[in-house]
Formats: sequence, structure tokens, C-alpha cells
Amino acid sequence: MEIIESRPEKTILLLGNEAITRGALEAGVDVATTYPGTPSSEIADTFSIIAKYLKKKGDKPSFYFEYSTNEKVALEFAAAASFAGLRSLTCMKHVGLNVASDVFMTYLYVGCKGGHVIISADDPSCHSSQNEQDNRYFGLFGNAPTLEPTTPQEAKEMTRISFEISEELKLPILLRTTTRLNHARGPVKLLNPRKPKGKGYFEKDPMLVPVPSVARAKHPVLLKAIKQAEKISDESPFNEIIDSNKPTTTGIVTSGVSFNYVREAIDDLNINVKILKIGMTHPLPRKLCEKLIKSCKKIIIVEELEPILENQFKAIAYDNRSDVEIYGKSTGHFSRLYEYTPDIVTGVLSKIFDVKNPFSKHIEPKLKLPSRPPALCPGCPHRATYFAAKKASPKGTVYPTDIGCYTLGKAPPLEMADLLLCMGSNAGMACGLAVATDQKIISFMGDSTFFHSGIPPIIDAVHHNHDVVITVLDNRTTAMTGHQPHPGTEYDGMGRPAKSIKVEDVVKGLGVEDVKVTDPNNIKKTTEIFKQALDFKGPSVVVSKSPCILLENRAKRKAGSTIPVYVIDQEKCKQCKLCISGFGCPAFYFADDDSIHIDEQQCNGCGNCVQICAFEAISVKKGGE
Amino acid sequence: MGEKTSIVLTGVGGQGVITAANILGKATINAKKHVYVSEIHGMAQRGGSVSCTVRIGNVFGSLVANGSADAILSTEPIEALRYIKYANKKTKIITDINLMIPFTVSVGMETYPDVEKVFNELKSHAELYKIDALEIAKNAGAIITKNIVLLGALAASDVLPFKSEVLLQTILDNVPPKFKEINKKAFDGGVKAIMKH
Repeated sequence: MEIIESRPEKTILLLGNEAITRGALEAGVDVATTYPGTPSSEIADTFSIIAKYLKKKGDKPSFYFEYSTNEKVALEFAAAASFAGLRSLTCMKHVGLNVASDVFMTYLYVGCKGGHVIISADDPSCHSSQNEQDNRYFGLFGNAPTLEPTTPQEAKEMTRISFEISEELKLPILLRTTTRLNHARGPVKLLNPRKPKGKGYFEKDPMLVPVPSVARAKHPVLLKAIKQAEKISDESPFNEIIDSNKPTTTGIVTSGVSFNYVREAIDDLNINVKILKIGMTHPLPRKLCEKLIKSCKKIIIVEELEPILENQFKAIAYDNRSDVEIYGKSTGHFSRLYEYTPDIVTGVLSKIFDVKNPFSKHIEPKLKLPSRPPALCPGCPHRATYFAAKKASPKGTVYPTDIGCYTLGKAPPLEMADLLLCMGSNAGMACGLAVATDQKIISFMGDSTFFHSGIPPIIDAVHHNHDVVITVLDNRTTAMTGHQPHPGTEYDGMGRPAKSIKVEDVVKGLGVEDVKVTDPNNIKKTTEIFKQALDFKGPSVVVSKSPCILLENRAKRKAGSTIPVYVIDQEKCKQCKLCISGFGCPAFYFADDDSIHIDEQQCNGCGNCVQICAFEAISVKKGGE
Repeated sequence: MGEKTSIVLTGVGGQGVITAANILGKATINAKKHVYVSEIHGMAQRGGSVSCTVRIGNVFGSLVANGSADAILSTEPIEALRYIKYANKKTKIITDINLMIPFTVSVGMETYPDVEKVFNELKSHAELYKIDALEIAKNAGAIITKNIVLLGALAASDVLPFKSEVLLQTILDNVPPKFKEINKKAFDGGVKAIMKH
């Protein structure tokens, strides 16, 4: 396994996320926790893969790793390890930090002991997310020292050094990344890993309990530490003025992946500037910033999303009575929306510097291309659940949904996702709608989401007797983010056997009287179950249980069994189109003569189409896969 | 400044586009050259449109600017056209000729254009190489090696700043022993398909 078995000093190709894991291993991390979320997932998955690999070899991993129930638990767990003196890492996607923010804000008051690096993977352009919030605000909000890497190599080094900064300041560090760093591969030079401590010891200290008197005493301590962090920032190798001696009075300030685009643009445009590259963005390296401001007449700030550097630069310029011109978002040159690209950055800089942009104008295809949004996979059991629930529902039924593969049920023809906010929001909104309207409500969430934050709203439904149907799509995995285990699976992130918690047992324990478990692959029975649940006055929970088809087929292939492929008997097919315009399995298509066929490349062999075809036109293709 | 090579790999989630980009990145490291690769993970992998980029040489980031791709490698015809903004007259577009119908078309919401028109438009912007990667992969022994066929085609098209043997060896080093022969056949099939052009 290259990431742990290559010799130090060797350069290997790593994903930004893998590089972060490697950096933590080089720093001797003891405990790593997460709740999976794109674009952060592979940081944790790499710990998981390493642990399982070592277990298979009969070796013991040097760290403890877990997929925690949610981000809040993940952060609490790792904070405790830090209080016991161990080096800890917690990673999550940007919106995960919202979940963990209750811990985060007070954790900074209390302060840590063993180095603790918290990774927030932001997603400008919302590639896989419900918003594009800029979590550098969390650095400012909670006063967490914040670092932003530009390349996988820097991500590894920043992670490693962040543990040291954390221990020096006794504060957890926020390592803020973006999708284009997390999912970029680049060469990474390895260093010798430090040996982890293994076990820590918790020393009692009354200052670890932030009752009001302690909190009041701790706040000035935090501000003092952040002042001390400013010194670290000024001396940090991650902050530097590139070409500081160039005879120019124009400077560019940039951080994160934007630096890469700026660096190439100044070559491509052949412009004369110095660059202040900021790796530690909170607190800013004030002396370096002042040095740049004093040597420049014009400064251009290039940062994705919010004008965080820009606003602080304006403040520093004001404090220095400087009349330097600052170009950025407030001048309309750069956008607060979406991720930047080489074209955007080169285009804006070419305008500011009045030089020709060497890149061609955006050519658009002349032909109208059909869109290709992601879809529920062929054979996905969620499709069968949705089909059944839709069949059972009266007109006007509202379907609140949740975060996971099942948001893909929004697409036609199913259109089974009407409302979504965040993890666990389906059931809370179901309760609200049940009171606010006379409409029928069927909400949907996955099994991992149920454990993450789906339980408290069910308690609300039981206590107040809200008339809702809450569905748990139990496919035995966290599918969308890459099939990670969760509290319902029989193994954990280190590949060890784990206690599997059944959704239906939890729900019964919460006091739900109407609990039904169904196999969605029996569409008729599942439809009947949804009808009964809708008729029940009060909260009903339907647990629709069937494993993710991708995992099931992987297991079948491994066991050497064949996966059936289905075909349509063209003589029996009456072109009612229910398989396409009602069920919407992506394996079905119209041929040029409008006859309907199943694409063998795409069919995952679930056979549910056989149940919905009224003319018995669909059957298993003879002769195997 | 120095030489830069930019390659865009496109296709549909599940067709091995990300794997191909990763292998190309590893091969570049094996050839002792600098490289950045960008990938798309998460939602798009569920049958959505996918694009990855590989940049080699004197580069600082993984993304490609408009009109600056040296090659576009696509596992599906309209996916090559979807990313045409990266092409210039000298760009080599290598695409599989086999269609993957999006569900938006299957359900009758949108239409798939006449594929000959797709090829003509690609040709009007760049150098087009059409290959039946699916057929070559089938003949090699596994349709999942379609991405390897395309890598073979790329190796034969004189775009990479290193020897094609390095790419083939990297592929073979990254597959289980029992699949080595199939992958070699797929790669060679891709090389031959370009030679015929």
C-alpha cells in the first residue's frame, strides 16, 4: 500500500484528501473521526482503508479511527482525545461544521491539549452540496487559527504542521479546503511518520468546565492566543510575498486554489506583479500585509466566495492611513458566487492590467445536447419504494426529503422530493407540514441520516402525535458518499465487527406505535403498507429495507454468481411506457422505431420492472449476464 | 515558462473516467514529470456527466483554460461535445462511438441529437478520432476496459510528453494479475485504432 509503505523522501501521486491523511500520519495522529460528506470523504476513507489493510495483514494500526454518528459526535470524541493529550483529527464537509458548531464555538474557549486539526471541506459551486457557504467565517466566528492549502503537497505539510501550531497555541486548528484541492491529485514528497502516543491520560482541571465564571475567564485567554497566532502567521512558511523585490507597485493577494490560477495567469498574461500568497488566513500575517500595502499603489484580492481577505485588507489599509486602491469583489471585478477557474481569473486580470487574454472565448456546442444529471442507479431499491409510495398517496401529498442518494428521486418521472434543508430535516418538516396543512405527508430519509439526526424529529412526532408517515430508506450503507458503514452496519470503519442497531428497534423504543418494515422489491406489498400508514392517525414509520444494489452486485460478483439481465418481449409489449414514464429506470430506452428496450450495459438485474409491467413483457434474458 | 500538456477526460459516471485520469497521473509521475489531476467525485458519479483533467509539465493547478486542451478523451460522443470549450483547432478529440442515452432522453423530456451531426460539429472545432472502444474492449475480454482502450488511443496519438510504454506499464502495475492480459489487449487495441486513422 503506497501511502504507508513508500520510503520517506519518495514522491508519490496523492489525492488532496489522501495527502491530508498522510500529513496526519506523519504528525503521529492517534485519533481520527468523521461523518462522511463529499468533498471530505476520502480523508476518512483513507484511514479506514489503511486500518483494514493492516488488520488483514495481522498488524495493528497506529491510530484509532471511526465513522461517528454525526459531525457533532465526531468533534466531541476527538476533542476528548485531545484533552487526554493525544493528537486528533476530525474531518467533515462544510455543512458538517454547522452540525458540529455547538462543540466548535465553546471548544475554542476551553482550548485543547494534544494537537487537534479540524478539516472543513468547502464546496464552491455546490458540486455535491446544498449550499456553498464559506467556512473561513467559522475561523473568524470562533477565533480558530485557519489554514488553506493550495496543492496536495501543501495540504500534507499544513496538516502535519497544524498539529504543532495547535499544541503551541492550545487551540484546535481549522484546515479549510475546497473541492478543487480535495479532489486534485498531485505529487507529494513523503516524510518519516512520527510515532503516536497510543494512550493519553486525562488530568482533571476545573477550567475544562465552562460554567459562566470559567467562560468569562476563558474568553480573554482565547483572544490572547489569537494574538499570539498572528506572530506565528507572520513567520509562517505558508505566508510569503513572491517576487517581493520586483520593481512594481501592484500586488495580488490570494489564498487556496485561487493562487494556482493567479500564478499561471501572470505567466500567461506576462504581467509585472508581486503576489502575497496567504496559507494561514486567520489570523492574517499583519506585518506581511502591511509591508505589501506600503509598497503598493494597487492591490488585487483573488479569493473564492466571500470577501474575507478583502474586507480585512481594507481595515488594515485604513489603520495604516494608506490610500492603496483595493480591487476585488466590492469593485465588481470578482464574483462572490461559485468556484473560480483559470479562465475567470485570467479574464479579470487581463481587464485590470489591460492586456490581451490569450485564451479563446468560450465556445458553446451548436447542437442542443440533452442534460445528463445524476440519477438513481438502475436497480436502486429507493426507486421501488418511491414508486410504491406514490401509488399509495392521494393527490397533493407532500414528500419532504433528506440528504443522500434519495434526493435524486426529485427527477422525473418519480418527482418524490418536494422539500429539503439539511441532514435530518425531512421528519421535522413533515411534522410542521402536518400541522400547517391538511395535506398528507410522506417523508424520506436514509438509514445513515436516521442515525445522524433523524431521531429527534421522530420524538417530536410521537410526543405531539403528528399525523405523518416517515420513511427510512434502509439500504444498509452510506451510499452517496462512497458506501461507508454507519451504526446500522455489522462492521465499523476499522473493519471490526460492530453492534448493528436496527432502525425499527430504535423507532419502537421512541414510542412509535405504527412501525412497518417492508422489502421495497415487493412493490405490491410496499404499496399496501404505505396505504395503511397513511390511514393511521398519528405518526407512522415505514422502514423500507433492501441493500444498495451496487453493494449487493459487488458481493454477488465476488461470490461468483451471475447478475441477471432483463429483456423486453417486443410482441408482448403494448408500449404503455409505464416502465419509462412511471418507473423511470435509466436502463430503459426507446429505439429509433420507438420500441422499448433494456440496455444490458446499464441493467443491474433487480427485476422490479417485471412487477410493474401489466403485460408480462419483461423477463430474465436466458444465458446469463 | 516551459512545456505544458493538458488533457480533458470526459464521459458518464461509472465508465471509468476517474480511474483513467488517475492512471494517467501515476504514469506521469513514473515518467518523472510534474502533474496535477482534477477529479469529480460524489453526486456526479451516479450516472451523471463527468469530466477530469490531467495537466503535465510546468503547471500550477489542475484545471484547464478554455481552448487549451491538447486532447479530449471521451467515453461517449455527446460528452466530448459538451466539453468542446476546452478545444482548439489542434486539439485531438478521441471518442468512443457508442452512445449512452441519458434518462432525460429515455423519459422523453429531451432528445439525443443525430450522432453524425455530433461528429461533424466535433470535426469543425478540432481533429477528431472516432473509435469503437466498446467493441475493442469486448474483444479484449471485458467491457470495463473501455477506458484502457481510450488510454491506448491517447498513447498512440503523440500528445503525451513521455513514452507510451510507461503508461502501459503503469496500467499493468495497477490491475490484479488475472486482468493484466485483458488490459494489455485493450490498450494495444486502442493503439491500433489510432494507427488505422
